[in-house]
Amino acid sequence: MSELKHTPLHALHLELGAKMVPFAGYEMPVQYPLGVMKEHQQTRTKAGLFDVSHMGQIRIDGADYETIALGLEALIPVDILGLPENRQRYGFFTNEAGGIEDDLMLANRGDHVFLVVNAACKDADIGRLKSSLTKDLTVTPLPKRALLALQGPSSETVLSTLDSRARGMSFMDVATLTLDGVEAWVSRSGYTGEDGYEISVPAENATQIARLFLDHPDVEPIGLGARDSLRLEAGLCLYGHDITSKTTPVEAALTWAIQKVRRQGGARAGGFPGADIILPQIGNSVPRKRVGLKPEGRAPMREGVEIYASETAESPIGSITSGGFGPTVGHPVAMGYVTSEHAAPDTTVYGDLRGKRLPLTVTKLPFTPANFKR
Amino acid sequence: MKYTEEHEWLRVDGDIVVVGITEHAATQLGDIVFVELPDTGTEVEKDGEAVVIESVKAASDILAPLTGEIVEVNEALADNPALANEDPTGKGWFFKIKAADLSPMDGYMDEAAYKAMID
Repeated sequence: MSELKHTPLHALHLELGAKMVPFAGYEMPVQYPLGVMKEHQQTRTKAGLFDVSHMGQIRIDGADYETIALGLEALIPVDILGLPENRQRYGFFTNEAGGIEDDLMLANRGDHVFLVVNAACKDADIGRLKSSLTKDLTVTPLPKRALLALQGPSSETVLSTLDSRARGMSFMDVATLTLDGVEAWVSRSGYTGEDGYEISVPAENATQIARLFLDHPDVEPIGLGARDSLRLEAGLCLYGHDITSKTTPVEAALTWAIQKVRRQGGARAGGFPGADIILPQIGNSVPRKRVGLKPEGRAPMREGVEIYASETAESPIGSITSGGFGPTVGHPVAMGYVTSEHAAPDTTVYGDLRGKRLPLTVTKLPFTPANFKR
Repeated sequence: MKYTEEHEWLRVDGDIVVVGITEHAATQLGDIVFVELPDTGTEVEKDGEAVVIESVKAASDILAPLTGEIVEVNEALADNPALANEDPTGKGWFFKIKAADLSPMDGYMDEAAYKAMID
């Protein structure tokens, strides 16, 4: 076991009474004294502050935006060239087998692209970018920046008190704001299904900015526990669980993230790892699909629970990849993969929980409606 | 009151033992969202699984502290699992067991020993 890393907010987490756990090589807050359930509700009703500084922040530079965009499109199957300046988009790195190597956010910052990738994958991602991108592009990891997420309906009010320009941003807009004299790279996005912002600041200013947010009566610190239940209700994938190097974007129901221009018949169709596998899957049947699953009883069904077509069927048709209790919906929620013939909403399937077959209903995602400011 | 290393409290009431989880366990588990209780009349073995608790974090088992018959379960807990967080040593009790042999009780901790264990 190597030593766990700390984010710039580590001391603040301890001061706030967080329970710390190992996560992706970091010691991170799983919950604060408020507890997972109340932290979840807090984020849905007011605002929550999340430390996501463990995630990888990377800057890609090149001669001009077009050069950078086309370079990245060789690794990521989304329309990067067509992304307007100061707009952000969801994407993923794919592999030759059509699987997903990591999912990410990318922003057009005019003269560069700003990437945010998963903590557990960031070293591999940086390696992939450095080895695969053409030599005219520069890959700069930004380990000295912290990343905060302010999420929930009060987020706009809270952030606007520090820089009124926050109010004018729409979902997936990106801007450089000045928060208490600190330059912050801000996107209106998040991982909770709520309105909110993700805020990149220099590590040395992270605690100062976090305290300013926490001083607001509507803001509470939120740990990884509630982050997971929030994103699960919002139907958002967790890399390494709901999407992996062995699931394709089409199986994962992420086809929406591959814009038409990168699909068969598009102007820049293919040209990314696994395109020959992924693109023919679009519009055709795939063996299995990621779906939302609602356990019909009160018992949560978690990752690894095997799914069967009936109470007596011998072979499973899939398994749960994420599951738990949904505090906002008030019942257990899950997602997982099932064979395509069982993937239609309202299909009843059965999860094997401690030797009992309990019904699950295939459910459209998200479980809670998204509250984005479009 | 006696305590197990599994953070259960045991209250003897004649030949019946009432079982629940301690305040410490409830805090450690976090918000409890589901409790699966045994059926009344079930015969359980000492250290066998008696109850499944799911918190927002994970599932955990509650073991039977004695061999015997489950004579009553706390139905209120099935409808409102949060009782186990709110009042773990009162309204949040789990089940009552009738044991032929209460001698294993002597092996469980008293309050002072339990407090020393969790500190």
